[in-house]
Amino acid sequence: MRTIFRLGTDYNIAHDLPTIQTAACFHWVEHMTFVNIQNLTYKYPLTKANALENIDLQVREGEFVAVIGPNGAGKSTLCYALAGFVPHFFKGDISGEIEVDGKKSSESTLDEWVLNVGLAFQNPFNQISGAKYTVFEEIAFGLENIGVPRDEMKTRVEDAMSLTGISDLADRSPYSLSGGQQQRVALTSILVMRPRLLALDEPTSQMDPVGTREVFGVVRKMAEEGMTVVMVEHKVEWIAEFADRVVALKDGRVLLEGKPNEVLTSDLLVEHGFGVSRYTSTAREAKKRGLWKKDTLPVTLDEAVKGFK
Amino acid sequence: MNISIKDLRFTYPTGLEALRGINLTIDSGEQVAIVGQNGAGKTTLVRHFNGLLKPTSGSVSIGDWETTKHSVAKLASRVGYVFQNPDEQLFSRDVLTEVSFGPRNLGYAKEKVDELVKRALSLNELSDKTETNPYDLSPTWRKMVALASIIAMDTPIVIFDEPTTGQDAVNVARIAHVIAELKREGKTVITITHDIDFCAENFERVIALSNGQVLLDGPAREVLGKDEILAQTYVDPPQLTRLGKVLGLKETVTRQDEFLKAVGQD
Repeated sequence: MRTIFRLGTDYNIAHDLPTIQTAACFHWVEHMTFVNIQNLTYKYPLTKANALENIDLQVREGEFVAVIGPNGAGKSTLCYALAGFVPHFFKGDISGEIEVDGKKSSESTLDEWVLNVGLAFQNPFNQISGAKYTVFEEIAFGLENIGVPRDEMKTRVEDAMSLTGISDLADRSPYSLSGGQQQRVALTSILVMRPRLLALDEPTSQMDPVGTREVFGVVRKMAEEGMTVVMVEHKVEWIAEFADRVVALKDGRVLLEGKPNEVLTSDLLVEHGFGVSRYTSTAREAKKRGLWKKDTLPVTLDEAVKGFK
Repeated sequence: MNISIKDLRFTYPTGLEALRGINLTIDSGEQVAIVGQNGAGKTTLVRHFNGLLKPTSGSVSIGDWETTKHSVAKLASRVGYVFQNPDEQLFSRDVLTEVSFGPRNLGYAKEKVDELVKRALSLNELSDKTETNPYDLSPTWRKMVALASIIAMDTPIVIFDEPTTGQDAVNVARIAHVIAELKREGKTVITITHDIDFCAENFERVIALSNGQVLLDGPAREVLGKDEILAQTYVDPPQLTRLGKVLGLKETVTRQDEFLKAVGQD
């Protein structure tokens, strides 16, 4: 097994997989690397710099990995690589390998690949097909394309819409929706495909806070049910609460990787222009003034409350 | 230049009633944030300010102009509107042409256009990107081009629709700086945002919309402290406001300096 965790800390298996015995789990983890990116370097056509450089990343089946990083760090490109768009659609120069479920991206075609991997785009406007009059039909679009029988399609669309809380939008035009609603439709149209790997590129960027939390909850639930999730996000408070692991990208490279609290409170993030939780930045300042006594900094409200009490 | 909104109702052709009786006055030079759940009517409301939408009933006036009596083109000299998605706004071949388009259309003399464009480019840190095609820039910089192309029009009122969406910490700080600069120049800045911490740190007045109506309106600290009412429109108070509340601080705090001061005194 390759080194998965670079911060040198053991993964808390019991915490993450409460239903499985720890001993059995180790065995399970060892054999269930679902995504295996090895030494991936990629450059878009017509650009000078590499968008990704020497990326090594392994993700277990059913793991929820959050990817953070400043704009231009390579987060979207990483999503495209997982979804096969890099290099199959964008072309460009690639070296290294992306494996999902033991299959190599380099040896697959995009139409095989999309059956396993779903990607929700950063901008939902870019994802809506433009070929459908209602949200219901829009969400069924992918299923139609892979030839799912009509009855099953209907059930799956209804289930997916209820899961993401958009059943009341079924008859609206996808273009008449607000940004946040459109984003939920985009997410639902991927979830309905039941991909084994879900790549999400800032899926809550236009959502209100409650919507954001709900989406994190849905994604967590999908991971519990065995879907592997790689989610690009800026909202660190919710990452800390819901994700299993955080990968911090900067200039196309992995800067840090590890447990959410360790990565999200690292001083390195501030130095490199990452966004941090207000709880973290305020506690860091409080520490200088002797108002924060703990060794570790908080990311979530609970952690902040415990330290300031 | 005041914005005066009286009994504003708006129903989309589909029958969706998006605004259900809004009364508001926004004074010249105010910094206002509009918050509220997805579908609350935030974008629908601000699109009435530059006449993109006209009231189904009630009225919206920008200074002495009622929006139904003036064209969008004319209103553009008073109200600048930066779209949520820059890709819906940008169309020129290079950044300089894009940013010059607005002021040129307002009919300003060439010298004035040049001066406004230069200032907008520098404020948005785009001075070294004038010859680039906006679509060759990253989404971050496209956002700054969208901001600059509106700011160059030098309108007394500037509207930003979710300026921080998808932006990293460095660019959020850049946008905050732009807003502070517009404030210093005496402009009215109205911003729709879901980023409540950004809202707390940069705006004096907060309007919370819910279901096409004004739920709360007042000084930021007052509005952002009312967590139970904000919850009706799916807005959480800023992180430090929530923390202060759980810790039992006497005053509502919204920003780090206030929080540390209050904790230090405890």
